Amino acid sequence: MNMLVLLKQTFDTDTKIVLKDGRISEDGVTMVINPYDEYALEQAIRLKEAGGGTVTVVCAGPARSEEALRKALAMGADEAVLIDPPADGDEYTLARVLAAACKARPFDLVLGGNLSVDNGASQVAIRVAHELGIPYVGAATKVEVNGGSVRVERDAEGDVEVITAAAPLLITAQQGLAEPRLPSLPGIMKAKKKPITKQTPADLGVDAPARTEVVDLKAADSSRQTKMLAGTAAEQATQLVRLLREEAKVV
Amino acid sequence: MDFDLTQEQRLIVDTARQFATDAVAPGARDRDRSGQFPDELVRRLGELGFFALPFDEEWGGAHDTLSYALAVEEVTRADAALGITFAAHVSLGCFPFYAFGSAAQKERWLAPALRGEILIAFGLTEPDAGSDAGATRTRAHRDSNGEWVLDGSKMWITNGTRAAVLAVTARTQPGERGHGISALVLPADTPGFTAQPIHGKMGLRSSDTASLSFDGCRLPEDSLLGEEGRGFPQFLQTLDGGRISIGAMGVGIAQACLDASLAYAQQRRQFGQSISKFQAIQFKLADMARDVELARLAVLRAAWLKDQGRPFTREAAIGKLYASEAAVASALQAIQVHGGYGYVDDFPVERYLRDAKLLEIGEGTSEIQRLVIARQLGC
Ligand SMILES: Cc1cc2nc3c(=O)[nH]c(=O)nc-3n(C[C@H](O)[C@H](O)[C@H](O)COP(=O)(O)OP(=O)(O)OC[C@H]3O[C@@H](n4cnc5c(N)ncnc54)[C@H](O)[C@@H]3O)c2cc1C
Repeated sequence: MNMLVLLKQTFDTDTKIVLKDGRISEDGVTMVINPYDEYALEQAIRLKEAGGGTVTVVCAGPARSEEALRKALAMGADEAVLIDPPADGDEYTLARVLAAACKARPFDLVLGGNLSVDNGASQVAIRVAHELGIPYVGAATKVEVNGGSVRVERDAEGDVEVITAAAPLLITAQQGLAEPRLPSLPGIMKAKKKPITKQTPADLGVDAPARTEVVDLKAADSSRQTKMLAGTAAEQATQLVRLLREEAKVV
Repeated sequence: MDFDLTQEQRLIVDTARQFATDAVAPGARDRDRSGQFPDELVRRLGELGFFALPFDEEWGGAHDTLSYALAVEEVTRADAALGITFAAHVSLGCFPFYAFGSAAQKERWLAPALRGEILIAFGLTEPDAGSDAGATRTRAHRDSNGEWVLDGSKMWITNGTRAAVLAVTARTQPGERGHGISALVLPADTPGFTAQPIHGKMGLRSSDTASLSFDGCRLPEDSLLGEEGRGFPQFLQTLDGGRISIGAMGVGIAQACLDASLAYAQQRRQFGQSISKFQAIQFKLADMARDVELARLAVLRAAWLKDQGRPFTREAAIGKLYASEAAVASALQAIQVHGGYGYVDDFPVERYLRDAKLLEIGEGTSEIQRLVIARQLGC
């Protein structure tokens, strides 16, 4: 199977988000492969190890993403494509760009993450499937390939839904789909020689201006105020109702 | 000067850190208590290819002492006992085979050692020859059919009971001091060889330290490791490289002291406030941060010089001396920051002190490092 993995570099999940001039600051932040994408990547590498084929990682992101791609190559992907996306693009733009990059090479399976841990919009993968005109199965917890048919177990809000589909199709990984390996030193050394193709949307013939606009970005207000109430249960209840009405203004 | 790591070096460090955090750190306290040797972790380090880091690509390596030092630092930060097992295997065990071994010796012993299938130990120190390694009493002679016969004993040998093969120094020719000493390859299954574990160590308890005895061990003709009579300069060269890894261990422990102390100071409240607000505590943390930074720079510079093929004896000694003393000083301060909680093994800082102390002794005591540095100054 020829597999494409959609992969994005995101902030490490422990990162404290800092807003600077209305944008999220990347100063001193540790970047990682989006964890959901890493499950997808690991799954693709395992399918390749079991049944042959190729794994190509496709990323639309800034130049720093190369480090994430190098790691993907060190883990066992064969090659990578890095597309410099338009700065003012949205999920529609990204999906068009990624789909064009996918179309440019033969594939049986496209794998991606169920969501990215930064924006969490769950938009890009499903839109890519739409652009490619192929079926989409989201939140996979198990993927098996039997010839040209793919059996997917997916997380349906806690239940397991079993779906079979003929390739080509696009699958997104739920948390824990396949525990990612650590890249070994031989893998890291081999990755040095594997190709990373750099492209622009223009190279792919895509001009897809954003259809949405980010109007404002606000940091979540996580300051918690604790107030201890005293007195008998009845007194506390009276105080609570008053506080909810007058201070919190929720009733 | 370029202080940035390459993409490959960053990947290696990230891998080492993730391995250390996920696989090494969780069992470190239990292994310290039980003394259980970390077989599985050693196997996994080998699988990751980390034993080959400082060696050429031909051997699956990266020719990169710098990333090796960083990997030793990361592992040690989680568990110094695994750190010394790693460092001694690579710098003391594998290195002499790599640098001085014949093609056949490399094929037979180095290749599986780099894959982590076997461990190699380095037997230099003897009960009566420590800092004064030229006083080696273990001796070997050729018998009439050309075989070597080895007699004597060694002390404090890391990985001594676990190793499949050992590089052992012995006097093969009459001579004074360093003259007439050679290194021999001793398979652990050689009749007449015994290794006894040394119990009751202050720290590094889950590492393997052994006393060895050789009682008429017969070794084939081709058992010399390197040239006859060149054992002394060979092990000096081996120790120069080893000091980089001991220095890296010092950085790892000092960093662990800083991490633990900062976290504890921010969470512990006394007199109605976080103790991290007291300047007396802040100064301890600042001193640790300074020590970590300077020790790391010194160690990495020695590693860099080695990778460039330039002399690094002086820098390795300075890095080892500074980093090991920084680790001990940081561990003492870390216990102080923790107060009574630092004095029991529910917190890791008392272990850091017990582990760090060895770094001022092994691969040349601090006194010997100062002698080496002074000699390099031309004294
Ligand atoms: C846990 C552990 C692991 C080890 N692993 C190995 C190993 O794998 N392989 C191996 O070969 N060895 C190993 N060693 C041995 C280690 O290298 C020696 O312990 C060290 O070199 C010191 O030798 P010594 O213990 O005989 O002390 P001594 O040499 O007896 O020193 C005692 C004291 O005298 C001081 N001293 C000695 N000579 C001088 C001098 N000229 N000037 C000033 N002061 C001096 C020393 O600095 C020290 O303070 C290990 C030791 C330990 C504890």
